[in-house]
Amino acid sequence: MSTTTEAPSEQASPIKAVPVRHPGRWVATAIVLLLLAMFVHMLVTNGAFQWRFMRENALSSPVLAGARTSLVLTILSMIIGISLGIVVAVMRLSPNPILSTTAWLYTWFFRAIPRVVLLVLFGNLGILYTRFEFGLPFDRQLGNLLGIDINGRLFGVDSRTLLTGFMAGLLGLALSEAAYMAEIVRGGISSIDPGQHEAAQALGMSRPLTMRRVILPQAMRVIVPPTGNETIAMLKDTSLVAFVPVTNELFFQLQAVGNRTFRPFPMLVAACLWYLAMTSVLMVGQYFLEKRYSRGTRTATSARRWLIFFGGGNR
Amino acid sequence: MSSALTPTPPAPDSIMVRSEGVHKAFGRVEVLKGIDLEVRSGHVMCLLGPSGSGKSTFLRCINHLEQIDAGRLYVDGELVGYRQKGDKLYELKESEVARKRAEIGMVFQRFNLFPHMTALENVVEAPCKVKRKSKAAAAERGRTLLERVGLGDKIDAYPSQLSGGQQQRVAIARALAMDPKLMLFDEPTSALDPELVGDVLDVMRDLAKSGMTMVVVTHEMGFAREVGDTLVFMDGGVVVESGEPREVLTNPQHERTKAFLSKVL
Repeated sequence: MSTTTEAPSEQASPIKAVPVRHPGRWVATAIVLLLLAMFVHMLVTNGAFQWRFMRENALSSPVLAGARTSLVLTILSMIIGISLGIVVAVMRLSPNPILSTTAWLYTWFFRAIPRVVLLVLFGNLGILYTRFEFGLPFDRQLGNLLGIDINGRLFGVDSRTLLTGFMAGLLGLALSEAAYMAEIVRGGISSIDPGQHEAAQALGMSRPLTMRRVILPQAMRVIVPPTGNETIAMLKDTSLVAFVPVTNELFFQLQAVGNRTFRPFPMLVAACLWYLAMTSVLMVGQYFLEKRYSRGTRTATSARRWLIFFGGGNR
Repeated sequence: MSSALTPTPPAPDSIMVRSEGVHKAFGRVEVLKGIDLEVRSGHVMCLLGPSGSGKSTFLRCINHLEQIDAGRLYVDGELVGYRQKGDKLYELKESEVARKRAEIGMVFQRFNLFPHMTALENVVEAPCKVKRKSKAAAAERGRTLLERVGLGDKIDAYPSQLSGGQQQRVAIARALAMDPKLMLFDEPTSALDPELVGDVLDVMRDLAKSGMTMVVVTHEMGFAREVGDTLVFMDGGVVVESGEPREVLTNPQHERTKAFLSKVL
């Protein structure tokens, strides 16, 4: 202790040291920039891209309608998928073994079946049921058993009116999504310190209230990033509903233009650009959601990483 | 201390907690082997003992975070977790258990603040959502309580921005916001840096002076001696010795108490 008070003043002045040089970084940067320049050059000079033709057709009205269908399908199937996923996750974590086994069976089934197969299957569900009727369960079977005529059906609809291609596609995507979301939500809930649950219980909070106010808001921090991935994956998977078949969907429409004009490649590029644009919009939404649910925690921004890379700021 | 800490002064000479032959086992491990204790209203009982002696488990039984296997446990004259009709016990519904827990404050070793809420939000959460107090009234009282525990300037801070001692004081304010008739402390200073312990103990000392009934699991001998009305030494799931803290600490009767105290004092 006694020596520190005698410390010369020059030791207290701010450190001005020569920073470590990273020549490897600059070589790597040069190589990457060169490759990038070559790629851009190719995009501009290769005539097969037919940029003008692509621009004229990528925004035609059937394509726009297709993009709208894809977006609506993405949003609806994610809303249903997330809601159902939360229900399945809570069931899975329930102490009731029948509920948790049912939830396990659900995720097992819907994760095992490829989405394409599921969509074709749902597209053909009309073969299984010609009509959908709502009412008492097993009414006719019970009636036959007891020898009386019971009609417990309240109302019914023809399967073709209810199960349009759009509905079949939506159902297939949403039910399959719910299985993945259930696992994501379960992971999020399990990641929360059990002390949080106890503290809420000790304050007299009920189980649903604890879930809603304490556990889920914290679990969201773990849930949101993979859900963003799921949403982006869903946007791309809407191109699969062509198998149901639903034809007024983005990729199908772009391909149709390409096939009709015998110029498929520009339309494929258009598809890439469309999905890039829509995914970027979703990523912006994800950024704000993540910010919303990271309350109470601090993380380094990517802007700071750039600053450090160019030698400024502290590590 | 003013009425901000204890709005309802306890009836003198009534028994707040009574434990009769309480047993608790986790699987095959018997943690509590017949605990008989009484805590008078307005008194402070300190529970002392080596780790694994069952003192924390007993504390958690009092607000039914753990279910007891045998014996009877009463808080303010009412059975914990059950209702007795004739000879039969009926388990209480979850909502009834929650209502009783709302009357008992608990402070944890690891604070367990809600990290996504500010200090004030932590304090007003239960009064608003459980007791259905108006937001304004709860916030008003929350501010008063946070000032009481010396954190009037930290009401908008998140737990991650607070030191351990500050977090624990927010946790105490959060428990007090429910106007509890009994406060349980589960090693409230064990996770704190030594220089932060004093602030938390000061708050607890004030609380005891204001007449709050408290059960405190602690290793702070000074606190037990100065503030405690009773000191209970537990080991191996039984109460080895209990009495006036000064008496137990300076003149322990049992070998096990003597051995323990010689190691910690």
